[in-house]
Amino acid sequence: MNWFKSQDGRGFLLALPAIFWLGVFFILPLFTIVVISFMSRGAGGVAELPYTLAHYDRTFGVFSVILIRSIRIASITTIVCLFIGYPLAFFISTRKNRNFQNLCLFFIILPFWTNFLVRTYAWRILLGDAGTINAILLSWGWIEEPLRLLNTEFAVLVGLIYGFFPFMVLPIYASIERFDFKFVDAAHDLGANDWTTFWRVVFPMTLPGVLAGSALVFIPSVGAFITPDLLGGTRGLMIGNLISRQFGGSGNMPLGSALSVVMMAVVLLTLLVYVRFGINREGDD
Amino acid sequence: MAADAKVKNHVQDIYVDENAVRRDMLLRRIGKIGLYFNPIFAYFFLWSPILVLVIFSFNRSRSVSTFTGFTLRWYNNIFNGVMGTEVGFSTQNMLLALRNSMIVSFSATIIATIIGTMIAMSLSRSNFPGKRILDAVLFLPVVIPEITQGISLAIFFNVLFGWWQSLTGQRIFPGFHTIIIAHVAFNISYVAIVVRARMANMNPRFEEAARDLGANEWQTFRYVTFPLILPGVVAGGLLAFTLSLDDFVVTFFNSGVGTTTLPVFVYGLLKLSITPEINAISTILMVISTVLIGISMLLQGRTALR
Repeated sequence: MNWFKSQDGRGFLLALPAIFWLGVFFILPLFTIVVISFMSRGAGGVAELPYTLAHYDRTFGVFSVILIRSIRIASITTIVCLFIGYPLAFFISTRKNRNFQNLCLFFIILPFWTNFLVRTYAWRILLGDAGTINAILLSWGWIEEPLRLLNTEFAVLVGLIYGFFPFMVLPIYASIERFDFKFVDAAHDLGANDWTTFWRVVFPMTLPGVLAGSALVFIPSVGAFITPDLLGGTRGLMIGNLISRQFGGSGNMPLGSALSVVMMAVVLLTLLVYVRFGINREGDD
Repeated sequence: MAADAKVKNHVQDIYVDENAVRRDMLLRRIGKIGLYFNPIFAYFFLWSPILVLVIFSFNRSRSVSTFTGFTLRWYNNIFNGVMGTEVGFSTQNMLLALRNSMIVSFSATIIATIIGTMIAMSLSRSNFPGKRILDAVLFLPVVIPEITQGISLAIFFNVLFGWWQSLTGQRIFPGFHTIIIAHVAFNISYVAIVVRARMANMNPRFEEAARDLGANEWQTFRYVTFPLILPGVVAGGLLAFTLSLDDFVVTFFNSGVGTTTLPVFVYGLLKLSITPEINAISTILMVISTVLIGISMLLQGRTALR
């Protein structure tokens, strides 16, 4: 028992409250939903015995459409963020003036100090049938009738890209910032043109930032709830909405748990891929 | 003379594919244009929704397509309890939600800041079995989607309260306690990460010097360690407060009757429809959170300089 009086022992005691809190109110609930997901649906949607695989059957059966849609939406979101975010990060980090760089970054982060709900709501104004975008297109005579933009998969995509865009830009910016542009001169001296230099030198060396950004965008997108709820309607329904519908009156808690477990598996898989390929490449960083 | 001619001949020998050069220069020009065009598009994308929201909150007509004139009527309506076509809105309810938000955020921030600072000190100053696992677990709440945290905790409470009822016959309902517990669970990680970063930059020699000069463990902490990590603790606490105040998803699944927080209240309005009053509330919220985070950034900047 003398160990508790050593530096390490006292350190362990300091960690105890956090271990308790995270253990009971974070890890234990995760295990709870794994167990619940194998139980039957009882009265009022709560779980009861016997154990069953029925909910996983439905998750990969009837609900596979929504599962696949969620993964597809999250993937497209990640790719679009990368396509807009990489050049932007490149532009900012290659500016000579440090203050201008900071100003550029500030104007990316500033909109994201706003509450997520409000930011998503703003897109309802823009995309609605009587919304700003339709009004502009109508007045220019580009369209005859208002386009249906809100309550579609497209609206969810726009909302998610908007919501998680900085998570892509900031890690890539950090990566390019660390990149030594002497490598570019070397590649040019060796006869590579800009295209080759970018794909063979710059991009591979900034890949850690790209992978970090992609993981940071993909994970919250797969689990998105607010965005598809406010912008998606039934056509843009994602797994997060499906999970939330399993609570309350006509809900089914075990089914909701099974859906959550599958979503968690997707998230952990993404994390694993990132840890395996993203962190190793960074080497001694 | 002869040597010069030799060099000249040599230069002529180098094969230059003029088409390739032209192609490469064109490629570079396209790249440059793209590099300047992209930020214009990106910043337009980032800022237009916010500008549209703010502009139409001052619009005289209820439309969100044409601006017909400036008015403060919608802001006036919010504070006088008139909500146009909306049902379920009253200034009183909004202020109640704000009060609930403050109770939750303050309590969760205080608990999370204490526990988070403790584990940050523990992880950066000592070594014990299972430390690496603890490190990994500490990062999980930051990366796992909010809905997983919210749902798993809600189910956990449901099971726990069910058991409690079958044991004692008393039913516990979700309320402030469940929301605060949930907020602390995700905030510990954020506080710990911020404080740890501060501790990593701190020179351990100061603590050693204090011990050499005869300070006991408590005195070393009270007069040396704590003042040095205080900026990190304040920054972590402010981050926790902001996250707690802004949280919707986790709160939504763990709140009970009468514990509606401001984001949950606002969500109820946003889901209904688009009205100028909601635009006005959104604009106010936007200004509040921007000012709050601005203050915390200023504080962090100032304390970091010290």
